[in-house]
Amino acid sequence: MAETDDQIRQVLREHAKLPVDAGSIGAETDLYAAGLTSHASVNLMLALEDAFDVEFPQSMLRKQTFQSIGSIREALDSLVRTVAR
Amino acid sequence: MAAVEGAIERARVVARDVVAPAADDVDREARFPKEALEALRAERLLCLLVPERLGGGGASLTEVARVAEVLGRACASTGMIYAMHQIQVACLVRHGTTEAFERYLAEEVVGRQALLASATTEVGVGGDVRTSLCAVEEHDGEVRLEKRAPVISYGQEADAVLATARRTADSPASDQVLVLCRRPDLVLEPTSGWDTLGFRGTCSLGFVLRASAPASHVLPEPYADISSRTMLPVSHLMWSHVWFGIADAASAASQGVVRALARKQPGVTPPAALRLAELMTVRLQFESLVRHMARRYEEISADLDALDQMSFAVAMNSLKVAASTLVVDVVGRAMQICGMAGYRADSELGLERLLRDAHGAALMVNNDRILANSAHLLLVAREAG
Repeated sequence: MAETDDQIRQVLREHAKLPVDAGSIGAETDLYAAGLTSHASVNLMLALEDAFDVEFPQSMLRKQTFQSIGSIREALDSLVRTVAR
Repeated sequence: MAAVEGAIERARVVARDVVAPAADDVDREARFPKEALEALRAERLLCLLVPERLGGGGASLTEVARVAEVLGRACASTGMIYAMHQIQVACLVRHGTTEAFERYLAEEVVGRQALLASATTEVGVGGDVRTSLCAVEEHDGEVRLEKRAPVISYGQEADAVLATARRTADSPASDQVLVLCRRPDLVLEPTSGWDTLGFRGTCSLGFVLRASAPASHVLPEPYADISSRTMLPVSHLMWSHVWFGIADAASAASQGVVRALARKQPGVTPPAALRLAELMTVRLQFESLVRHMARRYEEISADLDALDQMSFAVAMNSLKVAASTLVVDVVGRAMQICGMAGYRADSELGLERLLRDAHGAALMVNNDRILANSAHLLLVAREAG
């Protein structure tokens, strides 16, 4: 879990264009309140798909999925489980 | 349903008796259509969208959009003002679920038929309405706001303005809230004029906005959600209905011209009739588009999951681009059919005004900006909207 969160932070650092360092962002911090724009969130999705080798289904392509590091982790976990099955 | 049918019928009477007769003067003088607004207030059409339990008309968005279309057919400026007002009302009805906003809707929007305007753009943000430079400052339950707005349509005539701003002085540019700014705690200092080709009666001057408001007049939800669930889709729906009204006025004018030609030589179908048949196929596409998209929004308007889907955002963007393109197409075809009679600025056909108004549609929130937004969303969206 911590490892996944750090991987997510790395993607955030490179692609989310946040005004704060991704390392200082807690797992439940609201990324939109932290400055994630809707434009940057699209780039974030693309980068996450690349980094974790997944594809978000249509139902996950909405704001709430990318609300926090925790919600991103949950989304990724559910995708990885689906693949493993 | 009968009461609502009544609203559209009442709007037709207002459009015929008050809005249409003033349309040329409103356009020529670039003045606010005050007689139209007086009539809309008298008919209680400004509060049509407010729920019945708060004293409003309890109409659906589709019905209110039809009223905007009827008005836009008679005077595009009046139609746009009505549309923009209703977009603000929709934001309050759908997101102002607190006691303070319900009281405002009941007392001001219903009780005094208040006219609401919008200040979402800002000098210095490069047209990106999802970012703000100005911020709300809160002291002892009161908020203050100062904003340099390049455009506030009919700002001088509005009873209140809904303005976006950063949530606090420390918030990032994208963390916005929507604030209800009312007179007399709202002061607008004009910074530019409004002398455009079309939509001249909307009087969309630039202003410095200075306002104070009780903290309870900051909408509780993030503007990001208000924007994607209500402000954007409702804007595109309301505007496209007004533009369809413009197209409908142009097609009616060209139909009259063809009929007059046919009467001169009964038994001979005038060549322009073929062009009219073509125009009607485009008009049908336009009408089907706005009717379908209104139904589509109504079907999911309470379904947050569906509203938050990227494919929905792309579809509503596409509606704006398509409608603003179709209105120019239809009016251009009407001009071709009417010939020099339509091209004359002093013609009773009124096509030149429709042509000028039609070209504004693609520019107010530029289609290129909207297409760029869709293009970006489509990088990840999975299905067509």
